[in-house]
This record gives sequence, C-alpha cells and structure tokens, in this order.
Amino acid sequence: MRTIVTTLGTDRVRRLRATLTVLLAAAAAGYVPFYFAPFQVFQLTMVLLYAVALSGLNLLVGFGGQISLGHGAFFAAGAYTAAVMLDRHDTGHLATLPVAAAGCFLLGLGFGVPALRLRGLYLALVTLSFAVFLPPLLKRLEPLTGGSMGLTVEKLQPPAWSGLAEDQWTYFVVLVVTTVALLLARNLLRSRVGRALLALRDNESAAEVMGVRLSLHKTLAFAWSAMFAGVAGCLYTWVIGFVSPDSFSFVLSVTLLAGLVVGGLASLYGPLLGAAFVMYVPSVSQDLDEAAPGVVFGLLIIAVMYVAPTGLAGLPGRVRGLVARRLPRPAAAPDRTPETGSPPDARPEPQAGDGPFATPGPADPAVVDAEPVGAPPRTEKE
Amino acid sequence: MSVVTDLLQQVVEGLGSGAVYASLALALVLIHRFTGIVNFAQGELAMLSTYVAWQLVASGMPFWLALPVTLAVSFAGGMLVERLVIRPVQGAPELTVVIVTVGLFIFVNALAGLVWSFTVKDFPQPFPDGGLYLAGVRLDWSTLGMIAVVAVVMGLLYLLFQHTSIGLVMRAVAGNPASARLSGIRVGRVLMLGWGLAATVGAVSGVLVAPVLFLEPNMMGGVLVYAFAAATLGGFDSPVGAVVGGLFVGVAETLTGAYVDVIGADLKVGVPLVIILAVLLVRPQGLFGRAAVERA
Repeated sequence: MRTIVTTLGTDRVRRLRATLTVLLAAAAAGYVPFYFAPFQVFQLTMVLLYAVALSGLNLLVGFGGQISLGHGAFFAAGAYTAAVMLDRHDTGHLATLPVAAAGCFLLGLGFGVPALRLRGLYLALVTLSFAVFLPPLLKRLEPLTGGSMGLTVEKLQPPAWSGLAEDQWTYFVVLVVTTVALLLARNLLRSRVGRALLALRDNESAAEVMGVRLSLHKTLAFAWSAMFAGVAGCLYTWVIGFVSPDSFSFVLSVTLLAGLVVGGLASLYGPLLGAAFVMYVPSVSQDLDEAAPGVVFGLLIIAVMYVAPTGLAGLPGRVRGLVARRLPRPAAAPDRTPETGSPPDARPEPQAGDGPFATPGPADPAVVDAEPVGAPPRTEKE
Repeated sequence: MSVVTDLLQQVVEGLGSGAVYASLALALVLIHRFTGIVNFAQGELAMLSTYVAWQLVASGMPFWLALPVTLAVSFAGGMLVERLVIRPVQGAPELTVVIVTVGLFIFVNALAGLVWSFTVKDFPQPFPDGGLYLAGVRLDWSTLGMIAVVAVVMGLLYLLFQHTSIGLVMRAVAGNPASARLSGIRVGRVLMLGWGLAATVGAVSGVLVAPVLFLEPNMMGGVLVYAFAAATLGGFDSPVGAVVGGLFVGVAETLTGAYVDVIGADLKVGVPLVIILAVLLVRPQGLFGRAAVERA
C-alpha cells in the first residue's frame, strides 16, 4: 500500500528524472568519442553492437523463455549478408542494413516453425548443432563467401562534411542504429506482442486459454530475435570490415548467451551491461592467459545463476530486498517480547521469515518474474 | 575393390566412430534418466578426463594402468560436479539448468586450455596397429577395440542396473525420486553416483577418440553434437537407444561423407543436425524412448 502511494506521488518526479537521465546519457554518449582514444572508441562501438544482438536474444530467452544456443549463426548471417552485398554488388553500406534485417527475420521465421514443436532442451540442441554447422557451410560456399579466407570489405567512411575521424563517425552511426534497435525492443515488449510473450513464458496453458495465439507469438519471437542478431552482424561488418567463418564459431553463440545471462535476463538494461561484459572481460583477462576469459566467463555464469538470477541489471534491487528482509521490522518487535519465556526449542515464529531461509533460493523463477517489464532498476524508492 | 566391399568398409569405419558417439550418448542418457538434465558439459568433462589420462601416460605410467586411474578420477570428478554445481539448481527451471551446464562447458574448456595449453597433443593409440581381413573388408584392431570397449561398458552397466542392489536403488530413484526418498533412499547420494557413472562412461569415449582426433581442449565439441544426435535418435531415456543411435549416426556420417559429393568430408557435421531435426519432428521421443505424457 505504502509503495502504491509513493509511486503515485513520485510519478511526476519520475518523469522529470527519466528525461534528465536520457539527456545526460545522450550528452555523455555524444561526448565520449571526442574524449577517448580511437581504440577505446572502437571498443565502445563494439559494446553498442553486441547490445543489439543481446537485446534480440533477450526477447527470445528472457521474455520468450526459449533457449537458443545458436544466435551466433544469425549474427553471422547478418554479417555475411552485408559483406557479400558490399563485396559483390557494391551497394553501399546503408542498403545492407534493411536487407540483413529482413533476411534474418525470414531465417528466424523459418527456424521458428520447427522451434514450436521443440521445447526447452531440444530447441537448445537444434540451435547448437546449427551453430556448429554454419562455419563449415560458409567455408564450402566459397564463390560467394570467400571460403575460409573470408571477405575484406570497405569500412564505414566519414563523409567530408562531418569533419569526424573514421572511428568517431562509425561510433555515431552504430549509436544511432543501436538506439533505434533498443527503443524498438522496448516498445515491442510493452505492446500486445510483449504481453503475449510474457504470458506464454509464465504459463502456456493459461495464456492459450485467455486467447493468446501460441504458435504465432512463439514463431514471431524467434523471427524478431533473429532480426536483431542480424542487424548486429551487419554493424559488425561495417565496423570491422572483415568476415571469416572462424569469427562466427559456436563460441560466439555461447558468449552471447553468457553475456545476456550475466547482464540480466528479461531486463531492458541487461543487454547493455552484458555487452560491456562480453567486450571487456576478454580484453582485460586476455593479458593473463589465453584461457583466462573462458575461466572467468564460466565461473561467472554459474555464480550468477546461483546468487543473482536477475543478472547485473537486477542486482541493486535484489541487494535492497535482501537488506530489507534482514533488518528487523519495527512492528514485529513488540510481538516478539512475550515469547522470550517460551522453551528454547520452540522457535519464535517471526524468525522463520527473517532468517536465512527466507532469502530466495538460487535461481528462484519468481524473482525473475518479479522484475516489472521495462522498468529500470528502481532506485527512487528509498 | 568392388562396390560392395567398399560399402562394407565404410560401414565398418562408421561403426568405429559410432562406438565413440554411443559411449558419449550413453553418458548423456544416464544423466538425463537420473536428473532430467541434458548435460551440455558432458563432452568437456570427457575431454578433461582424457587430459588426465594423457598426463599420467606422459609421466611414464603404462596406458592400461593409467586407464583405470583415469576412470576412477572421472568418477570422483563427476560426483563432485553433481554435488557442487548441479545440486544447487536441481529442480530449477530448465533454462537455469541449461545455462549452468553451458557455464560449466565454458569453464572446463578454458580450464583445460589454462592447464595444458591449446596446442594439439599426441595421444597414444592403445590398440595395436594392423588388423584382420574378412571377405576383403579390413577390420582395424582399433575399430574392433572401440566396439569391444563400448560393448563391455554397456554390459557392465546392464549388470549394475539389473543385477545389483545398488542398481535397483538407482532405478528406483530414476523412476520416482519422491517415492524413493520416502522409502529411505538417500536420493542425493544416488544422483551423485549417477553423475559419477556418466562421467566415467564419458571418459571412455574421450580416451577412445583422442588417438583419432588428437588431444586439444576443443576436441569433444564436434563429438558432442553427434552424441546429441545419437541420444535424440535413440530416445533420451533409453541406454540401448543411445548405443543403437550412436552406431547409426556413425554409419550415416561416414556413408554421407563418402558417397554424397555435395556433403563431402567438411559438411559431415550437418548430418547430426538433419537427424536431430528429423527425429524431433517425426518421433520426438526417439526410437526407443517413451513419450512423456504431461498434464497441462
């Protein structure tokens, strides 16, 4: 009750706050390429691009509840679409984006149909074997894809009027595409489609009874999600200017899923955090050992699943909840006093709710669902 | 060499690699029977066991002594993995469990790279060179050996499950954990035992395949996909199905690689994908599996 009143009261403050946050973020994002060195700007560009792929995967895994271990394949499809168009047909960069998006949407639609009959584990199996199959297929289609040598294409070049360096121009282009993509994902989830997906994830039968069309929405979720991965792949070609089958091995698919889980499933900010994680953890730990990123990734994924199923994005909320639960409730204190005379083995009742057993078990599904869709990690409710 | 002999030769080679897929699929099926989990890290655990064997042999231990030591280590390792990694998420949603095993996959893979580096290592061939000829078909000792080892493993598992009291307890847990617990069985320990067994069977597949593929941390990635296809084909809850499926997948892979020019050697990994898709679309429970009946 108290929460509701507070929420209503802070509605205007909240809107003001949101506007301010957006303005600040925009200012920071605009300032960044002029402050950092080209290599760091490049890294930030890669973070943005991964965020697009992760937000697509999030649609499928976080909100749709379907497991894909093959999103690297859609990423590769987008990247190769762009590379082949640039290399063979010289279409210019902008034209490749809609083609990659539409192509991957259709590819995802094609995959979504068998995915309807495959639940959970089996879908993971099929997408995994697809991801393993793709690199050799790309090598085989040599006349088109350049075989195992890959394709080298022109990177994005800044137009003369902008007066920007190559890395800065690329950054801004990717920033625009990423912003549009993330907004699209956000609005998609707040629409009829998003609500239908959530309902299906939480209880398929109940959702169907309520009139949600299961087959349509599950297939579409796959298609949307593949489209985002394809767009990210297209951006990848723009930024790197080189594609080869070995860049899109099975490891990429696993890394994407890992990044999403660590960043936060079913959260709108999770993909951004996860993308930063995917980009920076390898580059930082690579100095120690070639294998260090994998060790860190693997351990973190397992640890996140145990202690924070909501990922980095959900961490602040969880910590607050935990602290609130540990602190003694003021109203409960007087009730407890008369019971102190009872025998020691009769455990005072309120303790059961306050003790360590009350903390949500590892991977408690209810906790994931408890995060309201689209709401930022709530920090205003002190 | 006539067409028929050539075909038979290919079938024999397929059965050889099928034996490896069968033993990894057997490990997958064991774990699925006990815990309802598909362990994506199974191949990597097998790879780690193979490294243990390699280390023992490299430090001067004869192969046939190193093997039982490796299997014992794998057994203990499998139990440890169940207790430390899987138990905390037992009963959690499928997505959580899959992600945890994927995390384990990444971790084990990198761990092997960290300890033994990513350079390819030569693994000793336990079986003698040469072979025997039967109606013009060459049967390598190594192929025969692989099939024999898988047959022995299969036989031992059958004896364990059907003719020992511990096997009875394990079947009880696989059949109905709740009832098993109520009748006084320590379900947790049995699950640990199941994972230990699976890791041991997986280790056998790793040791068998290492001389052929050469030992490196990513060795089992491809094998895992074939084993998935084998387990899907046979049915994820049928050990017999896993073996039959493994042999079938092995033969199918070799034959398509040899006779279908479009596929060739490099696209053979598409075969398991097609098998998995076809089985799941036509008969999702697999050849030997039972269809799960669910109340919505």
